[in-house]
Amino acid sequence: MLIQLHEPGQSPVPHEGDERLAVGIDLGTTNSVVAISAGGKPEVIRDADGGALLPSVVAYLPDGTVLVGEEARRERLDNPERVVSSVKRLMGRGVGDVKKLAGVLPFEVAPAEPGESAMVRLKVTGRRLTPVEISAEILKTLKRQAETALGHEVSRAVVTVPAYFDDAARSATKDAARLAGLEVLRLVSEPTAAALAYGLDRGAEGLYAVFDLGGGTFDVSLLRLEKGVFQVLATGGDSALGGDDFDHAVAEHFLAERAADLGEQTLSPAEVASALGTARLAKECLSTQHEAGEWFIEAGGHATRHKLGRAALDALIGPFVERTATICRGVLEDARIAPSEVKGVVLVGGSTRVPLVRRKVAELFGQEPLADIDPDEVVALGAALQAEALTVGSDTLLLDVIPLSLGIETMGGIVEKIIPRNTPIPVAKAQEFTTYQDGQSAMMIHVVQGERELADENRSLARFELQGIPPMAAGAARIRVTFAIDADGLLTVSAEEKTTGVAQRVEVKPSYGLSEDDMARMLRDSLEHAQDDMLRRLLIESRVDARRAANAVAAALKADGDLLERGEREAISAALGHVEAVMKGEDRAAIETAVEALEQATLPFAERRMDRGIRKALAGHKLADFDAPQEAPQEETKDRAAR
Amino acid sequence: MSKMAEQETVEAKATVSPCWSCKGPVPRASLFCETCGAVQPPGPADHFERLGIPRGFAVDEETLSSRYFALQARLHPDRFAGKTAKERAASLAQATALNDAYRTLRDPVLRAAYLLRLRGAAAPTEESGTVDDPGLLMESLERREQLSSAETPDEVRSIGAAAESDARDCIAHLAAAFAADDLAEATRLTTRLKYLVKLGEEARARAARLREASPC
Repeated sequence: MLIQLHEPGQSPVPHEGDERLAVGIDLGTTNSVVAISAGGKPEVIRDADGGALLPSVVAYLPDGTVLVGEEARRERLDNPERVVSSVKRLMGRGVGDVKKLAGVLPFEVAPAEPGESAMVRLKVTGRRLTPVEISAEILKTLKRQAETALGHEVSRAVVTVPAYFDDAARSATKDAARLAGLEVLRLVSEPTAAALAYGLDRGAEGLYAVFDLGGGTFDVSLLRLEKGVFQVLATGGDSALGGDDFDHAVAEHFLAERAADLGEQTLSPAEVASALGTARLAKECLSTQHEAGEWFIEAGGHATRHKLGRAALDALIGPFVERTATICRGVLEDARIAPSEVKGVVLVGGSTRVPLVRRKVAELFGQEPLADIDPDEVVALGAALQAEALTVGSDTLLLDVIPLSLGIETMGGIVEKIIPRNTPIPVAKAQEFTTYQDGQSAMMIHVVQGERELADENRSLARFELQGIPPMAAGAARIRVTFAIDADGLLTVSAEEKTTGVAQRVEVKPSYGLSEDDMARMLRDSLEHAQDDMLRRLLIESRVDARRAANAVAAALKADGDLLERGEREAISAALGHVEAVMKGEDRAAIETAVEALEQATLPFAERRMDRGIRKALAGHKLADFDAPQEAPQEETKDRAAR
Repeated sequence: MSKMAEQETVEAKATVSPCWSCKGPVPRASLFCETCGAVQPPGPADHFERLGIPRGFAVDEETLSSRYFALQARLHPDRFAGKTAKERAASLAQATALNDAYRTLRDPVLRAAYLLRLRGAAAPTEESGTVDDPGLLMESLERREQLSSAETPDEVRSIGAAAESDARDCIAHLAAAFAADDLAEATRLTTRLKYLVKLGEEARARAARLREASPC
């Protein structure tokens, strides 16, 4: 079923990479989808009932059972306090970030304990849970769904994230996947995944916009597409703006009407959640079927009736839609592109079904947007294509950018920008610091993300403590700190004192994330076979490395085998054969030992190869000398004669 | 061995280093080992060498982009997702170096400053630039004044357009200065270009703000 596609410019002796099955996952605010691709044709993986969308709803029952999807949704009708929806809005966030309705949060918050980060924690059915754990339940269900449909283990995935997600939210997503027993091959931006699914690069070169409005997040990306290359030029968005906000506006409207009738009332979190659910129904109904309708809000034993028509809906959600338009104009500005230069606009996300949104996009870009691929499935299909590209190989190239500027807090709480937004990733920037006290051994750097001037007004990412600065006079140290963003958009900080060459230990204290200890504990508790899965993965990695080593020696023998005596060659072949033999087995230690032995056995061979290589370079150098006039040719000839 | 031969051997050794995978000889700054094909960490190379374009201020945008895409297609971490940790690390470093080179050479101001650095001239700073060029300081103050007193988007846009047109002229002059190896003139023009580009950006930002304040 899986067709082998090799990448262009492949190495002369390619070794088998890890080609286990990999899926694409769209972990959405409202719905999640899993898909797989073969031969460049992605397909959504359906559940037993043939459903493509898994509602991102998780219910925790008193007996310890966890329900995900439709079942959890049904549970919400009777016992809303046991159910969590739209958990994506809480990823990498603190309590202060979460929206209240009528002054109440739609769920119960558990305060942080000493030493814990400010990541929000929920109290559900007697349990204390992070958004990471809750998201992991959704991912586990998708994993199982895929394994059932494919009849095969699935342990690797490309997971999508909103382009505008900051480092904390991205890390949280990766952590959730780990907890679910999935190795994340790459985090891909949702708009980029959608562009991939539309195959827009197959046409002539052009500029495209992807307008992605989901339940909780908004992204707009401008891409340059050109035969296999997807280059993001600029991206913008709001990771706290989506269809849920439309629901919120409608619910507030209903509650205001209700208060006018019955007087002010306090609602329980469950009643708030229920009111939001009703508002969503109203929105969906008015968007797709009817011009007007009637809905009921039930709370505290009183039911009230509420009428709503399309025009009224447009008025309520207008400000949010206008905000998306403003962000679009900003991104066009950033990329220095006029709307008329955009060849096509792609709509992604269920909320783009709302008529006002479609009208606004058409107006902004002066063209009808493309929406032929189901806006709820397109991101997962793109993720599946990328999963295939990363495991089997492909000709496409996704070049993404960092969505938010990265900066550090300096004296007076001012931000110094290190890496500006829309810089192509991966990227690394270095900055030098020095100490202000004699013998100072540690230094703390506070990294923030955002465009504002003051650190307080941006998103705090983490505090990095550099330890092990060698003792020096104040101001003498030259500490070079490197901020590196990888292809997933995640930051790593490293530091080295330049005058002594001593590298510093970096201790990371994420502001809204989980520590390594938290993760280790959760992994132990969460997965039935956490230990087994990890050992399995390590075994596969050792096999991949063994294959690399064996191929490398084989290539070396082919090129320079003449440097060896018969006996020596046989010894190396024997070591090679041993590696091949143990690779077939399950003993990781034996594989690693065999590879080590192979390296040892080829050391003298390697030395001779290097000597030959140096002599060749020397000869080449001398030949080059004969081409150009020499400064002192006489001396050179004399020297040769003397030798 | 004679001193000169010793020197040559040292130089030859420096042009060849061991591949991390097969331990054989790899010419300096090679992307892949020619024996076993393993991706190598980025070697020492300036931005021009890294992208394989001739060193100089005049750069063809098309060539630059296509060289960049061709190299990323081979070196990007996405090509090594299923490979060993060392390969992933080497490709990450390569892609990062490529991005650094592309970003610098694509932008005329960064390219000019980089070339000056390569040629050994001191990088122009805000202060030294305007002190050496009082004419530029005056011009800068006048145009800033114009921009802040402009009230309509059209006025702002015309100031921006003038700045951008002058920037284009400046770039043409810079190309000539570098070609003639006149580093002093190139330094002066780089400072001027920096300021013109900044003015153009401020004009755009101001025009955008005015537009948002009263959308039509």
